[in-house]
Amino acid sequence: MEEYVLLFRLDILTKETQPSPEQMQVYMKQYQDWVGGIAAQNKFVGGTGLSTEGKVVKHPSVVTDGPYVDIKESLAGFISVRASDFEDALRMAKECPILGGVGNSVEVRKVVSVHETKS
Amino acid sequence: MEHGELIPHLFRIEYRKIVSVLSKRFGFDQIEVAEDIASDTFLTATQSWGVGGVPPNPTAWLYHVARNKAKTYLQRSHVYERKIVPAVKDASTDTVETEIDLSPQNINDSQLQMMFAVCHPVIPAEAQVGLSLRILCGFGIEEIADAFITNKDTINKRLLRAKEKLREEKIKIELPDAAELEGRMAPVLTTIYLLFNEGYYSVSQNSTLRKELCLEAMRLCTMLVENKVTNTPAANALLSLMCFHTSRFDARLTESGELILYEDQDTSLWNTEWIGKGGYFLSCSARGNKLSKYHLEAGIAYWHTQKNSTKEKWENILQLYNQLLQIEYSPVAALNRTYALSRANGKRQAIVEAEKLQLTGNHFYFTLLGELYTDIDQPKAKLHYEQALSLAKTPADKQAIQKKLDALQGPI
Repeated sequence: MEEYVLLFRLDILTKETQPSPEQMQVYMKQYQDWVGGIAAQNKFVGGTGLSTEGKVVKHPSVVTDGPYVDIKESLAGFISVRASDFEDALRMAKECPILGGVGNSVEVRKVVSVHETKS
Repeated sequence: MEHGELIPHLFRIEYRKIVSVLSKRFGFDQIEVAEDIASDTFLTATQSWGVGGVPPNPTAWLYHVARNKAKTYLQRSHVYERKIVPAVKDASTDTVETEIDLSPQNINDSQLQMMFAVCHPVIPAEAQVGLSLRILCGFGIEEIADAFITNKDTINKRLLRAKEKLREEKIKIELPDAAELEGRMAPVLTTIYLLFNEGYYSVSQNSTLRKELCLEAMRLCTMLVENKVTNTPAANALLSLMCFHTSRFDARLTESGELILYEDQDTSLWNTEWIGKGGYFLSCSARGNKLSKYHLEAGIAYWHTQKNSTKEKWENILQLYNQLLQIEYSPVAALNRTYALSRANGKRQAIVEAEKLQLTGNHFYFTLLGELYTDIDQPKAKLHYEQALSLAKTPADKQAIQKKLDALQGPI
């Protein structure tokens, strides 16, 4: 098994297009059912959701309000999964419910090295 | 209580207390001496009560005898010769500290501390469960062998090796420091959880023994939540989970000890008192910022105590399984999650998800697929049930699957 990171990008900034709390609940269920399905195959490694606030530091040290100002699709979160190969990771990504939204994307990246963590 | 059943009854309750107090007093390396003195005390009781009748306060009598035997041991032992005698000579006093404190407080503290010694991660989980049954629950070797479906020799060897290892590692009978507590609680909770599962899911046909294992697991967990150091949210969640499960104990087995599936149980046999206790400890577990697997399993167990099969019930169970699997994968949880998915989101979605699991060596997997395909594709349902039947090992499992096959083929 290899490890892959699935990065979720969506527009979390344009006020008019943000989901209502009721819609949000539906999306969360779809998302949890999707992650639960990956975990049920023993392929879930970990995940992190990100808040909508952020700052970006640019060369040489210019700080701007983020998460990222130049593109509409911000990083909204990511999960790590175990997959037999790239195809397998892609299959999982294609079923991600955020893809129901126009302009949203899931980027699939293979993990080649992990930073040592102090134990 | 008749004399004949009084001694086994007292043995079950008092043996473990005497062993814990004496081991605590002597040190873990002398645990076998403590066990011998406790056994010897009961032997003396059997002989003496058989002749002179049962004393008015049998427990006090046992403590008195155990205390005297322990004192004699302390005075005579090599430990006394090597360590205490020189000290006594130097101090030029002739009193030796041989007091044995069998007060309720010291009994309780010693048992709790013993729990941490016995559930030490240096020995394998099954040895922790075995030692717990012997030292913390006062089970006989034969009963332990029966619970593990093995023989006395195997259990004796396993316990000896485990004690040897704990001695080598110089494990002390004490509560861990605050800094270590969380890490050391984990194996203690795991052992209690395994002990409970051994009783709840065991294939042993001895249903009295099985229920006793469950009650013992709950007793140990209760000791944890009654002590303010060990009264953690996860311990409360585990206790809650066990109470919820126990509420169905009488509904889930036939008189001959066969399993009755959840959907077929007589819900009037579900014990509301246990359900109430489970609810109480579940609310006690809702503090801190850590969601343990016990919290999630207690939540799942709570929803299973709800008799009505509502959309809300299965949606909640599904979400709890989704979270549980992210914390800790197990094939059973994966299968149960897929069943909950079928109840919450429908069979067609569940079939797609089930086929990704590929647990093809597991008869429950094919039973689930058979269940999901029923009323959608009968020939496929039949094929899956047949596959399950060929993989099932115990007669009880085979019988349950055969029933489903018959129902499938029967007149509609």
